[in-house]
Amino acid sequence: MFTQQLLNALTLGSVYALFALGFTLVFGVLAVINLSHGAVFMVGSYAALTLVTRLHLPLGIALPAAMALSGCLGMAIDVLILKPLRARNAPHLIPMIATIGVAIMLSSAAQGIFGAEILRFPEGTIPAGEFTLGEVHVRALELSIVGISFGLMAVLFLAIRRTQLGRALRAIAESPRSASLLGINVEGLFHATSFVAAALGGVAGVLIGLNFNAITPLMGQPILHKGIAVIILGGMGDIRGALLAGLFLGFAEVMSKAYLSSQMGDAVAFGLLFLILLVRPSGLFGRVLERKA
Amino acid sequence: MLTISGLGKHFGGLAVLEDVSFEVPAGGIFGLIGPNGAGKTTVFNLVTGLLKPTTGTVSFEGRSLAGLQPHQITRLGIARTFQNIRIFKEMTLLQNVMVGLHGALGYGPLALLLNQGSFRRAEAEARERALELLSWVKLQDRASMLADNLSYGDQRKLEFARALATGPRLLLLDEPVAGMNPAEKDALMEEIRNIAGRGFGVFLIEHDMRFVMGLCERIAVLNFGRVIAEGSPEEVRNDPGVIEAYLGREDGGAP
Repeated sequence: MFTQQLLNALTLGSVYALFALGFTLVFGVLAVINLSHGAVFMVGSYAALTLVTRLHLPLGIALPAAMALSGCLGMAIDVLILKPLRARNAPHLIPMIATIGVAIMLSSAAQGIFGAEILRFPEGTIPAGEFTLGEVHVRALELSIVGISFGLMAVLFLAIRRTQLGRALRAIAESPRSASLLGINVEGLFHATSFVAAALGGVAGVLIGLNFNAITPLMGQPILHKGIAVIILGGMGDIRGALLAGLFLGFAEVMSKAYLSSQMGDAVAFGLLFLILLVRPSGLFGRVLERKA
Repeated sequence: MLTISGLGKHFGGLAVLEDVSFEVPAGGIFGLIGPNGAGKTTVFNLVTGLLKPTTGTVSFEGRSLAGLQPHQITRLGIARTFQNIRIFKEMTLLQNVMVGLHGALGYGPLALLLNQGSFRRAEAEARERALELLSWVKLQDRASMLADNLSYGDQRKLEFARALATGPRLLLLDEPVAGMNPAEKDALMEEIRNIAGRGFGVFLIEHDMRFVMGLCERIAVLNFGRVIAEGSPEEVRNDPGVIEAYLGREDGGAP
């Protein structure tokens, strides 16, 4: 029973981490709390569903396609909304408010196009294989979710830790102006970061949509709140922190649902987060981030 | 090498620079001096593309810089440092300098996955080049230290090495010795001479008169947004207009 719950927790936690990773990346590089990230998650989910039901694409193609579409949406949000605000030196609350507007527009649009009811993937699209390992019941779907999440996160980690791209992003995180004077195309990397972050958010949406087989226009809301909690717990802008805190939230949620109360899962998980923040107010890996123009 | 002609910058109704023209020759050390608020840093911001001029043009090696972004100007061969030091404090010295090699590192993020060989080679070369640049300012022994732990004077040296990593032919230094003690000033003067000695053009802003006089081969003097004198240190020192504007009138008390 406990090992079974561990697997469930790992599945959920890995998707939370994936979602929060994009969220924290945008905060770290662009210094924007992008509250449309939940809506992009939702769009990713609908995109995959539409590709499967209308174009009859297999999931193996629909998933990367939905990822790319979400990435384009994130880049469009940066180019059309955040860039003009940057050019006008808008104070940092303004872009955050603007992304709330984007989120509302996107979920209204989804409701207009797809309706408010819960949509599901047609039978046969979700990998149905399953096997028993000892006393643990493993679904192929869960394995794929964990594999895809950790695979994508590993690629991102390596790229940021080991390459010039990562050094350039960390340079921008400390000072965009200094970075630009070292020959780094800061606007270009802002767009690229927005693309990658939204692509990760979109994939997370597809994975959650598959895991619960339920897609609604408002599915971005609860995950957005969890994402905010995760990046605060992990330390704002910290990638390792987002990973660990995402996994932690998944475990806290699943375990409290399993062993305490099925109604109180979120309350217990968020209560735990609150307790941790009382002890470590700047998060697991947090440090005071000072940013100069 | 760098030609500034008719440069003007207005902020709202306020004219910060008015019809500024001078030429920074190739090689050697050129100084732009003037009292605080004369508009010196604005000149640098216009040259590096952080600000757009209201009037006039800047050209580098015969090429107009109009409309270029800061990173594009850097890649043409102009690097700069700031008056208040802006190193990346959460990175090591080596990483700081490697960021400056951005333009030279041609590989994309996919090279890591698809072409390990070329990725490793490019990284190894960049690392070697960064260590060499650190050795120029005698910081190679502390390459893996966090930049935040350096003394003020050494942070400035690191900033020099990082700027040189972009492969400039002209290096702009904005008040390089501001806030330094006399020993640090001497050490930095030495480093700036070394940099110029390696063939880099140096264009610096300063209001410490003695420092500039001892270092620069040519000097332009800016006051209230206008160039009031240009010439050798000797000529500038004896210019009555400079003496009045910059050092204060004889009856006006100490500068």
